[in-house]
Amino acid sequence: MAGVQGYGARVSSQPDLEPEASAGPGPVTHATARRVVLDAGGRAPLLPQARTAFLEALDQGWADPRRLHAEGRRARMLLDGAREAIAAAVGARTEEVDLAPSHTAALHATVRSVVRGRRRTGTQVVVGAVERAAVLNAADFAGDRVTVGVDRDGRVDPREYADAVRRPGVALAALQHANGEVGTLQPVDDAHVAARAAGVPLLVDAGASLGHVDVGGSWDVLAADAGDWGGPGGLGVLVTRSGVRRSPDWPEDEDRWFPGGVSVPTALAAAVALQAAGSTRSVDDAARRRLVDLVRSRVAADVPDVEVVGHPVDRLPHVVTFSCLYVEGESLLAALDARGFAVGSGSACTSSALEPSHVLAAMGALTHGNVRLALPRGTQEQDVERFLAELPGIVAGVREAWGVGGL
Amino acid sequence: MTTVDARGLRCPAPVIRLARAAADAPPGTELTVLATDPAAVHDVPAWARMRGHEMVGATEQDGVHALTVRTHA
Repeated sequence: MAGVQGYGARVSSQPDLEPEASAGPGPVTHATARRVVLDAGGRAPLLPQARTAFLEALDQGWADPRRLHAEGRRARMLLDGAREAIAAAVGARTEEVDLAPSHTAALHATVRSVVRGRRRTGTQVVVGAVERAAVLNAADFAGDRVTVGVDRDGRVDPREYADAVRRPGVALAALQHANGEVGTLQPVDDAHVAARAAGVPLLVDAGASLGHVDVGGSWDVLAADAGDWGGPGGLGVLVTRSGVRRSPDWPEDEDRWFPGGVSVPTALAAAVALQAAGSTRSVDDAARRRLVDLVRSRVAADVPDVEVVGHPVDRLPHVVTFSCLYVEGESLLAALDARGFAVGSGSACTSSALEPSHVLAAMGALTHGNVRLALPRGTQEQDVERFLAELPGIVAGVREAWGVGGL
Repeated sequence: MTTVDARGLRCPAPVIRLARAAADAPPGTELTVLATDPAAVHDVPAWARMRGHEMVGATEQDGVHALTVRTHA
C-alpha cells in the first residue's frame, strides 16, 4: 500500500499537475453538460484520482516490469504497489492477488484452473442462475454446470445452494456477491459456510460490488472489475486464498495466471481508484441509495404497467432496473439517449445476441422494455429528477408509436 | 381456441398481438401465440401474471414456441 499511497501523495503535491487534470475538454462524465450518465455498471466514469495516477504512471511505469534494469524495476514497484493496495482493500495478502486483462478473463481463468486443479474430486461447477455470463460459459466449457435457480427478486435459495454444493463431485462453487443487473445481494455467507463444510472452494464474483459495498470475507476466490469501481477499463482482479488448488490449462508463462501480464498504468490507476472509492464509500452509499429509492417509488407510481425488479432493500446502493410492458427496449433507449440520458438495458433487442437477459428470464421478470440504471458516484439529484420527470412521457410516446394504448 | 401467429416477430410484438387477441376475447378463452423470438418464452408468462391471465401451457417444436394462456374471468 505504501507504494501507491506515496505515489498518490507525490502526484497531488505537484501543483503543476492540477490544472492538467481539470483543463481542456476533459473526460466525458456524468457531470458533462447535457448528458446524464446513469449506466456506470462495469464501466464507470474514471475517478479523477485514477486519471491523475494513470497519466503519471505512463511516464514512470511504461517499462516492462519483467526487466531487471532501473526502469523495469520502477514499473515492477508500481505494479506490486497496486497489488498491495488492492490486497489491503479486500483483506488479503499481496501474493494472493493476481491482476487480469479483464474481469471476464479473471472469471474464465479461475473457473478453468480450479476445475482442472480439483479434477480428482469431480467436474461439477455449482452456480447461481443469475451469475455473469462469463461464469456460466466458463462452467460449461471447463466442467459440468449445476445451476441453482433464483426467486422473483433474483436471490438464490441458500438451502438449495447448500444442497447442490454438498453433493459429491463438485470442483467449484460460484456465487456472485450481488447481481449487477438488478442489484440483489446474494447469500454468500451461507454459501461459504456450506462450501467450507463440503471442502469446496467458493468463487465470489464481486464485479458489481467491490468499491461500492463491503464484500466481506466469505469467499475463497474473489473476482472484481476495476472499470466498475471507477478505475480504468481493462483490468480484472482475482484474489485466491492460499489452499485453493488450481492448475492452469493454458501454456506456461512468466505471468502464470494471466499470460503476458497487465498494463502497469492501468493497474496503478485501478488501485488508486479503489482507495478513493473506499474513502468516500459510506457517503456515496447513502446518497445513491436514496436516489435509487426515489427511482423505485417514482417509476412505479408514474409509469403505467411497469415492473421494478430486484430486491428493494437487500441490494447494491446504486443499481435499479425496471421493465415497461409493450415497450421495445431499443426504441426506449434511443428516445432516452436523444434526450440526453445514457441508460442500460437487458432487453434482447438492445444486445447483439437474440436472447434477452438471462437474469431477467431466471427471475420470471418481463424482459422487454427494460431499463437498467447504475448510478455513478456523485450522481446529482436534479439529474435523476429530470430523468423521472421525462420518463413517463417518453414511455408513453414509444407505446403510442406501437399503438398499444388500452391493452 | 384461438391461435395468434407472431412467428418472425421480435418482442414485444408477440406479446402485443396476444394482448390484442385477449382484449377481444370473452373471459376464459384459451389463446395460443406462436412465436420464434425466444424472449416470448419469458415475456408471455410475465405478461399473463401482470394481467391476471392463467398460463396453461408452453411447448416448442422446430424453433417455434406455442404459448397458451386462459383469459381471466
